[in-house]
Amino acid sequence: MSDPRRIRVLVAKPGLDGHDRGAKVVARGLRDAGMEVIYTGLRQTPEMIANAALQEDVDCIGLSILSGAHNAIVPDLMREMQQRHMDDVLVVLGGIVPEPDIEPLKKAGVAAVFQPGSRMAEIADFIRTHVHPRPALAP
Amino acid sequence: MASTTDLTSPMAAPVRPQEFTTLSGVPVNRLYTGDDLPSGFDYQQAVGDPGQAPYVRGIHATGYRGKLWTMRQFSGFATPEETNERYRFLLSQGQTGLSVAFDLPTLMGYDSDDPMSAGEVGKCGVAIDSIEDMERLFQGIRLDQVTTSMTINSPAAVIWAMFLVAAERQGADWKQVSGTLQNDILKEYIAQKEYIFPPAPSMRLVVDTIEFGAKETPRFNPVSISGYHIREAGSTALQELAFTLRDGMEYVEWCLRRGMDVDAFAPRLSFFFNAHSDFFEEIAKYRAARKLWFRMMTERYGAKNPRSSMLRFHTQTAGVSLTAQQPYNNLTRVALQALAAVLGGTQSLHTNSLDEALALPTAEAATLALRTQQIIAYETGVTNSVDPLGGSFLVERGTLDMEEGALDYFRRIDGMGGMVAAVEQGFPQREVADASYRYQQALERGEKIMVGVNAFVTEEQPLPTLYIDESARDRQTEKLRDVRARRSNERAAAALAALRAVARTDDGNTMPALLQCVRVSCTVGEICNTLREVFGDYQETAIT
Repeated sequence: MSDPRRIRVLVAKPGLDGHDRGAKVVARGLRDAGMEVIYTGLRQTPEMIANAALQEDVDCIGLSILSGAHNAIVPDLMREMQQRHMDDVLVVLGGIVPEPDIEPLKKAGVAAVFQPGSRMAEIADFIRTHVHPRPALAP
Repeated sequence: MASTTDLTSPMAAPVRPQEFTTLSGVPVNRLYTGDDLPSGFDYQQAVGDPGQAPYVRGIHATGYRGKLWTMRQFSGFATPEETNERYRFLLSQGQTGLSVAFDLPTLMGYDSDDPMSAGEVGKCGVAIDSIEDMERLFQGIRLDQVTTSMTINSPAAVIWAMFLVAAERQGADWKQVSGTLQNDILKEYIAQKEYIFPPAPSMRLVVDTIEFGAKETPRFNPVSISGYHIREAGSTALQELAFTLRDGMEYVEWCLRRGMDVDAFAPRLSFFFNAHSDFFEEIAKYRAARKLWFRMMTERYGAKNPRSSMLRFHTQTAGVSLTAQQPYNNLTRVALQALAAVLGGTQSLHTNSLDEALALPTAEAATLALRTQQIIAYETGVTNSVDPLGGSFLVERGTLDMEEGALDYFRRIDGMGGMVAAVEQGFPQREVADASYRYQQALERGEKIMVGVNAFVTEEQPLPTLYIDESARDRQTEKLRDVRARRSNERAAAALAALRAVARTDDGNTMPALLQCVRVSCTVGEICNTLREVFGDYQETAIT
């Protein structure tokens, strides 16, 4: 019997913003927590993110948005994911998100919004408990 | 039992550490005495009085007695009309200088109606598309009577051209217009990441502005060499200091290669540092910065004019230290950080608002931040004597350590072939990413404490914050349509063609062509896209 495969996460930085400290720290933290992490780099469009997530066969997309562009970016990403039948991929968001925007984002399909000050363990635990179970790789 | 303290309670005080380190992780001794200074430590040579080389104690003999620092709150959101209203309010409240925050599309050289701008217009700053927006931004504010700082980098030359034409249309003389352009592209590659073009053509644009400014705008600082963003990206205090000064040296070297005389431009170079929470570490950093710049400018570049070697700087309190949790605590953090900047001898200061971990500040929060500076300036008495911490064994030792550490980084970067080469190799980026991750780990282990985040945690009510909706994009799009319909498209195309031609030369100065583009109402996006055609777009290799 083989071990279940490691959780694969795409850390993605959409929009024009270049504040990548959070994205990079989270990428490294999730890697240290035993996950396989791919970081997209800056200025990714929703289409590019959906394509990368599909190609990399990830279990989770972690978006980092600090610029306030989440209301435009998240629905676009969800549309791109639906077109690719990626409804089994968990989407979480970290960054600066005003309180009134959180519920609509969750309705749109974001599983969790991590605000400034979130602990690494909290993010890793959430992903671990909420990713959809995937078939183990053949031995 | 009632008498025991529950150590697992969120209110339990963190245990005292085994090892004492600064916020940057540098070990600190229990006590500093004269023995901690080098043998033969010569006060005049190593420190000097205020106003005297090497300027450790400040560049003015009178400190803040003659003139306080400029209280300059960084501000901008939504449309130029809304930001203009905020500026007039801040000036009416005793603010003494303006500081423009541009939105991300402007910072990246896109018009508000560009598909790349979707969702970003007016969110992190004010949207500027054409000269008419720049005129609206400063409506009723005389640009020859207030100093204006503009946080713009990759398109800095373009935005500066708009600013100068706006001043001209107000009837102001460029020789009287004073302010600062951030225009520090190197720290964009290192930290802030709002770059458009590759490093070499970007450096050429910076040199163009410095060269133009030396002739045309003697009171304007064409570059604000910035450590702020490097620190916010997670660097240590020493890395902030070393990379910022080495960036400054890189600009000097590129200007010398253009054939300029060092004393013709160096007096207008200015700096911008962070004020983080480790009080003495920050003060040592500012003091060492002045000494290092003096040494580099005189020893390495042969500057003769004393003003060329006097480091002047703006400071902003550390945004990254602010917490979304218990946001009123941020007022205290900002006050202490601002005090460090003042005791370090800053020329200008921005104090962050208490709500900035959540949103752009409300007018009330921005006013409180300004009041914090006014309380330090007028109530505490710290402005009465120059460099009051000079002579402290701890502060003098810390200043020397900063100096030595920075010189070591200079040697390493010189060994790589200079800062542009070091950036292309990802050296400063890697150093910053490592430091930032080390700090996060220390925080998670409870070795570093953030009150309200990993100690003294409580539940609380959310704060009312400024909410910027999507309407700014529609309003800017409407204005763009209008300006394109009213202008002569023939003249606009001719101006862009002339810009393309000069950009293709090796070192023809682009400023006159940019000014012409602005005068005939070319937009930020049109101008930057023309430069993109010539220079190309830059893609970094991401380091995690």
